[in-house]
Amino acid sequence: MIRLRDVTKRYGKFEAVRGIDLDIGRGELFGLLGPNGAGKTTTMRMIAGILAPSSGTIEVGGEDIIRHPMRAKARLGFIPDRPYVYDKLTGAEFLRFTAALYGQDGAVVEERMDELLELFELTPWKHELTESYSHGMRQKLIIACALVHKPEVIVVDEPMIGLDPKSAKLLKTLFRRYTELGGTVLMSTHTLEIIEGLCDRVGIISKGELVACGTVDELRRSASADGAGMEELFLRLTGEHIEHDLDALLT
Amino acid sequence: MTPSSPDAAGRQPDFATLTSPKWRSALARARHRPEGAPRGRGILLTVAGLLFLAAAFGISYRTVTYFKEVEEIGQLLAGKLLGMAFLAFLSILLLSNLVSALSTFFLARDLDMLVAAPLDWGRFYLAKLGETVIHSSWMVALLALPLLAAYAVAWDGGWLFPFVALGALIPLLIIPGVIGSAVTLILVNVFPARRTRDLLGLVTILAAGALVVMLRMLRPEQLARPEGFQNLVDFLAVLRTPSHPLLPSEWASGMLMNWLTRVADPLPIALLWTTAGAAVVMGAALHRRLYVSGFARAQEGADSFVRGTRWDGVARRLLVGMPPMRREFILKDLRTFFRDSTQWSQLILLGVLVMVYLFNIQALPLFTGEKVPVLLVTLIAFLNQGLAGFVIAAIAARFIFPAVSLEGRQMWLLRSSPLDPIAMLRSKYLVGVLPLLLLAVGLTYSTNKLLRASDFMVLVSLLTVVCYTLAIGGLALGIGTLFPQYDSENAAQIPTSFGGLVFMLLAVALLGAVISLEALPVVEHLRAAQAGAPAGMDATGWLAFGAAAALCVLAGWLPLRLAARRLRHLEV
Repeated sequence: MIRLRDVTKRYGKFEAVRGIDLDIGRGELFGLLGPNGAGKTTTMRMIAGILAPSSGTIEVGGEDIIRHPMRAKARLGFIPDRPYVYDKLTGAEFLRFTAALYGQDGAVVEERMDELLELFELTPWKHELTESYSHGMRQKLIIACALVHKPEVIVVDEPMIGLDPKSAKLLKTLFRRYTELGGTVLMSTHTLEIIEGLCDRVGIISKGELVACGTVDELRRSASADGAGMEELFLRLTGEHIEHDLDALLT
Repeated sequence: MTPSSPDAAGRQPDFATLTSPKWRSALARARHRPEGAPRGRGILLTVAGLLFLAAAFGISYRTVTYFKEVEEIGQLLAGKLLGMAFLAFLSILLLSNLVSALSTFFLARDLDMLVAAPLDWGRFYLAKLGETVIHSSWMVALLALPLLAAYAVAWDGGWLFPFVALGALIPLLIIPGVIGSAVTLILVNVFPARRTRDLLGLVTILAAGALVVMLRMLRPEQLARPEGFQNLVDFLAVLRTPSHPLLPSEWASGMLMNWLTRVADPLPIALLWTTAGAAVVMGAALHRRLYVSGFARAQEGADSFVRGTRWDGVARRLLVGMPPMRREFILKDLRTFFRDSTQWSQLILLGVLVMVYLFNIQALPLFTGEKVPVLLVTLIAFLNQGLAGFVIAAIAARFIFPAVSLEGRQMWLLRSSPLDPIAMLRSKYLVGVLPLLLLAVGLTYSTNKLLRASDFMVLVSLLTVVCYTLAIGGLALGIGTLFPQYDSENAAQIPTSFGGLVFMLLAVALLGAVISLEALPVVEHLRAAQAGAPAGMDATGWLAFGAAAALCVLAGWLPLRLAARRLRHLEV
């Protein structure tokens, strides 16, 4: 469902993403992991059609995101890491507006909106301006927006930030069920337990390159780290290490 | 862990350190050239700024010398003019400080960090007061520069005059800063900060509108024509209004006029500086008493009240039959505009602008009993097109130019959805241009009627203003997309950017070109009318009108096309 071939993104002389090849199949929940500034968000935004790759090709559901952006984007739901919404719209109006961007309206959309608001426990705030929503409520609203038009692919950047444990659990169950029903999820996260417990496969990005890709067990084997915890595996694969004199810093 | 705070060490950050995030950011912004911005941007801005200052100096100098040369009362009139200017500055400063103080003291992003730090309250107050005063006053100070330079040149103020002027201006800027901050502090303690912002926005706009109307209704131009008054008492009555000996604006003008006319009177200086000092002390005391409770109230939840649901239903019914994407986009733009008091309240200012414009046309001394030549009326009606066009361009700059920039933070949604940029631009064009067109036609028709223009001139003016408004809509939207300000949260600040300047320059150039092209057939028509020949239009006339129309089409269409291309390749 998602296909990247030799994708590179340059900002002037700086290469944020370098030659990434990636295939994510239908019904797969793929996790993207990497240190801060490794290129995860840039990759996600290129797949969502917000950034254009400097070179290489990206396909969503077989449609090239550059050559046929409308067709590719119609199949996709994007959830950014920061939930910016229109402050002066109500939750219901924002959802209705999002559905309209995908050419959908009418009774079917109204019904689906109600279901999603109920699912994310936003029904009591349905007719209130989003400027009065908390960070977590806004996060849930944009997740609902990504689902309102029934996309085939969901691209989600750091989905758990700002969510309470109950909502986080709901989201994990929802993504799992969504992929079981044939949907595809690409998510970036720093929460290692989500990667280990939820994702079918994992890609590790470091300094703009995809340095490892496979199931968690495959990664352990390739890093010769059988039995190692996720933290140690992550540090080993990204070549990162902690070498600071913390005692001197904290006293 | 061992605590190590400024209190424990007995040291507090100095004023420069405390304000460094602000001035360092301002310096970085000044040095930074946005991606895609033209290289000559800084030069163009400087040249435009200098030209503006030069023009303002020229006008001020002419006015000041004209008043100065009036026999016997010249000096009094010039002093009166300076007092009026300072009173206007003081009123503007008071209003802008009210709004700025709310932002700097209660809503700014750095407050969480500063309030959490073990910072001395006095330093905090002075730093934030300084920020408020600079935010609110820099534009007024810039406007005062050519005026004061004109006085200095007219009276030969000497090399010390800039220091004397600074000595008058600084307390004049501080006093409204302290008053504005104190009023805001009290209001925030009564209402939640976000409700206060709505309230202040509305009060500010209403007061600014009332101020403009008041100053216009005073008809200051009458001061230059004392012979127009029935008697000396009437003239002196006008001379006395609207000043008061206890107003700081009077002290500041008195201080400067004393210096210029070599009068040794220290009273205005003492009054200005002691009042400013006392105001700061009282402001600080009030801050110490009320700030903590006010800041806590400002953290309370935002307004969740939804305004205008009835109109929403009407708009929805009117747009039935439109594709959902366009309909919801138009509805979204209308909702966000009318629910944001900082946006819709600008309409009040627009109403004031239109009122003053109509008043000015009516106040023209054209029909005072003597027979006015047709040529003069036609000429004024023709030139009125330019004035109306300029007003339309200014309104488009304020309401249409920021339309795409205001999508900034939500652009992730628009760019990741299958929304066609052309559909988005069409919706925004429709929402912006239709009301502008109604206003433009209404304004042109009523001013032509006030001027008693001929049917031919009314027709030419109406057709011109329709073509020009349609073009200006496209130009404003297009240039606003090509020079976006996606980070700006304040719609009113967006037109003051470099792109706003480019738009206004292009709008004025288009206006000049259209009027120049139309001048030919209008003059021909007048000649024919004066010679008593049948009114008609030759091929050259049709060609000129056709060229003006074609120019309008191009000026509206080309920027929109470039804007659509830019949006397709936009990276946010």
